[in-house]
Amino acid sequence: MRALDRKMLRDLRKIWAQVLAIALVLGCGVMVLVGAQATQATLIQTQAAYYERHRFADVFAGATRAPSDVVAAAALIPGVAQAEGRISFQAVLDIEGMAEPASGRILSLPAAGPALNLPLLRHGRLPDPDRADEVALSEPFAEIHGLTPGSRLRGVLNGQMRDLTVTGWVLSPEFIYTMPPGAMMPDDRRYGLLWMNAAAAAAAMDMSGAVNDIALRLTRDADERAVIAALDQLLDPYGGTGAYGRARQVSHAFLDGELQQLGAMAAFMPPIFLIVAAFLVNMVLGRLIALERTQIGLLKALGYGRAEIAGHYLKLALLIGVIGVVVGWGFGWWIADAMIGLYGDFFRFPFIIRDWGTHALVVSAVLGLATAVLGGLRAVWSSLKLPPAEAMQPPAPPSFARGAADRVLGALHLRQTTMMIFRSILRWPGRAAITLFGVSASVGVLVMSYFIFDAVEQLGDSVFQQANRQQVTLMLAQAQPDAAVQDALTLPGVLRAEGAFAMPVRGVNGHLSRLTAVQGHFPDAQLSRLVDDAGRVVTPGPHGVVLPEMLAHALDIRAGDTLRLEMLAAPRSVLHLPVTEVIRQGMGQEAHISAAALFAAMDIAPQVNMIHLAVQSDRMADLNAAIKETPAVAGLSDWAEVRRQFDATLSENLLTMVGIYTVIGVLIAIGVVYNAARIQLSERSYELASLRVLGFSRAEVGYVLVGEMMLLTLLAIPLGWGLGYFLAMGLVGAMSTDMFQIPFHITRRTFALAALAVFVAATGSVLMVRRRLDKVNLATALKARD
Amino acid sequence: MIQDTPTLPVFRAEGVTRVYQTGAVKVWALRGVDLSLTEGEMVVLLGASGSGKSTLVNILGGLDLPSGGRVFFRDTELSQATDRQLTAFRRDHVGFVFQFYNLVPSLSARENVALVTEIARDPMPPEEALERVGLAHRMDHFPAEMSGGEQQRVAIARAIAKRPDVLLCDEPTGALDSKTGIQVLDALYEVNRDLGTATVLITHNASIQRIAHRVVVLADGKVVRDDPNTDRVLPAQVSW
Repeated sequence: MRALDRKMLRDLRKIWAQVLAIALVLGCGVMVLVGAQATQATLIQTQAAYYERHRFADVFAGATRAPSDVVAAAALIPGVAQAEGRISFQAVLDIEGMAEPASGRILSLPAAGPALNLPLLRHGRLPDPDRADEVALSEPFAEIHGLTPGSRLRGVLNGQMRDLTVTGWVLSPEFIYTMPPGAMMPDDRRYGLLWMNAAAAAAAMDMSGAVNDIALRLTRDADERAVIAALDQLLDPYGGTGAYGRARQVSHAFLDGELQQLGAMAAFMPPIFLIVAAFLVNMVLGRLIALERTQIGLLKALGYGRAEIAGHYLKLALLIGVIGVVVGWGFGWWIADAMIGLYGDFFRFPFIIRDWGTHALVVSAVLGLATAVLGGLRAVWSSLKLPPAEAMQPPAPPSFARGAADRVLGALHLRQTTMMIFRSILRWPGRAAITLFGVSASVGVLVMSYFIFDAVEQLGDSVFQQANRQQVTLMLAQAQPDAAVQDALTLPGVLRAEGAFAMPVRGVNGHLSRLTAVQGHFPDAQLSRLVDDAGRVVTPGPHGVVLPEMLAHALDIRAGDTLRLEMLAAPRSVLHLPVTEVIRQGMGQEAHISAAALFAAMDIAPQVNMIHLAVQSDRMADLNAAIKETPAVAGLSDWAEVRRQFDATLSENLLTMVGIYTVIGVLIAIGVVYNAARIQLSERSYELASLRVLGFSRAEVGYVLVGEMMLLTLLAIPLGWGLGYFLAMGLVGAMSTDMFQIPFHITRRTFALAALAVFVAATGSVLMVRRRLDKVNLATALKARD
Repeated sequence: MIQDTPTLPVFRAEGVTRVYQTGAVKVWALRGVDLSLTEGEMVVLLGASGSGKSTLVNILGGLDLPSGGRVFFRDTELSQATDRQLTAFRRDHVGFVFQFYNLVPSLSARENVALVTEIARDPMPPEEALERVGLAHRMDHFPAEMSGGEQQRVAIARAIAKRPDVLLCDEPTGALDSKTGIQVLDALYEVNRDLGTATVLITHNASIQRIAHRVVVLADGKVVRDDPNTDRVLPAQVSW
């Protein structure tokens, strides 16, 4: 090994703690990039393979009742490779050992075996075509209830209570993410899927020779929009509820949203770490070169060329980069494994096709090494400019001169040790700025990650405390006259009942259209209300519709414009209504109108198809029992349960993510403050030792070192808050999907927590460096000049 | 300090040894030094490089502890003192002047002196200390704006501003040419004469011994000569 290389390795060993601190920051960037991209790539591959192997359909449509031969007609639409029809309906389920009713969606299995959306049998067998009472259950639902093959459950099918026998457990590419209708979160305990043979389903629902659910598989070059339009036209006479592509299929859309968020994370976070790491390399290498200036002079005197000397220090920078990249790869893989495990369980992929993220490895390595080298360039350049004779002299004392700032400082009558702190910052503003930037970046990352809690809390508050204050919502099997609300009051424990009416619609503005629902709001509703993100209760006026921002945006429509609403259920009216208001609503997808205006426009009598209930908490069991025996009810939402699911799902996933970000944020703070303090100590050990000689105590001398770092930390905190504000805003943009927008509101608690975490990390780091001050030998420190 | 009892001992060193262990090698810097210093006295400490001068002064000044023997400052035994006690001792009783000045570059001359007066018990105003060393007109200059001699005089002003009992100077003229060196010696001489501060002055330069009350010579970690100087002259009369 060449002597210079040996020197490099020894230099590296000498500053190992600083190198490690930089490598960890750099590694965080690499880790997030590799972890998120490997996870994303794996999930995308797994999803694609799952879809392919189980022939996940491309276009979906519902109808009230269509003759079976529309399926053959649909197969003839240009671009359609395959068409399949089935019967699908909601049912209330009664499961032994479960007080409240569950609900489920029953899907018919064609006698010849399904051609699209193939169910994957995990356990047991599929229902026998000759047995009318057999069902296969979705695995998560069956697993939670221990409904093994042979177990029995009861279901209200078309108003009739039926005994059903379980034959097996099934997974389906159609229901990777299973959302109960009207819910916000999957709820495997209270909602399941049941596959039943076609003849039995048709008999139960009185649908012989008819279908109400159609799926299409398209050819490679098909025009999805044209197919959807043709299918809509085909189903229109049969109560078609609007065809849609994968993008609007709930399970697919949520999975895609998750994948999109992973991509956003991979693009969004690493640059912050890489920039901080570049500055740190610059700082540390700059100091090392300053310390070695006499050696550089000597090397030059010995005949080493500029390129060799520059190469020597750049190699050191590169080595720091290599350590960071390797550390990042290791943790990235580890994180990817953990995340793939989490997602795999959550989505219940039957298999995982691991993608090692080779692309991410290469990109992260290039970025990581480039970061280290770019960070080192300026420091290396300064070493080259020194003529050898000058380089071999000790550096001139740093020059301080009086400026405007000194007059201000002078007027403050500060102690001289405090003055030293201020002068040091003023004398090296660039270095102070790097520390400031680094620490504020860590505050920013923490604000951004804790903000996620705020967002979820606000979402929860808005949905559960403001908008939906009912304990239970009953979904009626069919619309009923509004007198049904009075009947609901007679159910056990019901304190208040309010009707609601919703109908599937297609919103149309010019060439843009969107499948959604319209909600009719009754006057004086107290339980379920329309609330915007600011917590304001919105009451739709007597004319016109209120739209949430996302829907208005999708339709490119503004208040004052006219919206065409095509009702997708009988009597299939087409309304033209003015948009009276566009409101901010993170989860809002539906159009809102006063019930009276809706009924008048549709020319129908007042009716309800949902009833919201306020219930005495100790009578819930009685209510549940009564509802199980009420055929008019097709399903129900227990909002306490919905809230529990919401909190459980989010808190599990969020805690992991926020935990990782906290570690990352704190690592940046440690990396920056530790390095800055070490450099301070190295540059000023002579000066600080002098103070000790003059009779200053360890604490007083420590104050100069700790004081400067803590002052910078305190200054960085408000900057970090500002940075965090913008990062959170960017995150909202990157994470928002078509289905939902994160509300943007950061609480004081988040700002305070971020500041506290960074303050503690910075204090710990600087105190670690301060301890080295105790080890400085006073007598030798004064003799030795750099 | 009032110089009414000129023979009272300020420092007393008894059989002081100091061994440095570097790896397997033991280096004996001091091999049993006995020495006392009385108030108001100016002692020049002569000796070749490595003779133990700096080690002795560091021990007297509370920067280092002896490996063996005892050191007293008045009635206090320094050789048994804790770090905290040594810090207090330096703060209250000792002024140091070093070859390389050891000024804080980010503080002006006045502020460098104020650094000490802010923590001392009975300091003189920084302006007075700087006036004594002839720098009244350079008070607001930063170290980088001053010559070596000026920087050393600021260091002397900083050392005397706390009215120390003893001034320990390690090669104070070592980095200076003879003209500025003599200005610095002048300052030390006047402080010793006017304030009665006991002064120990380490030097390589044998000519400087002529301004002392007493000359102590060290060789190989031992005192080999300790004689009063009967023929004391002013710094201006010294040349090298």
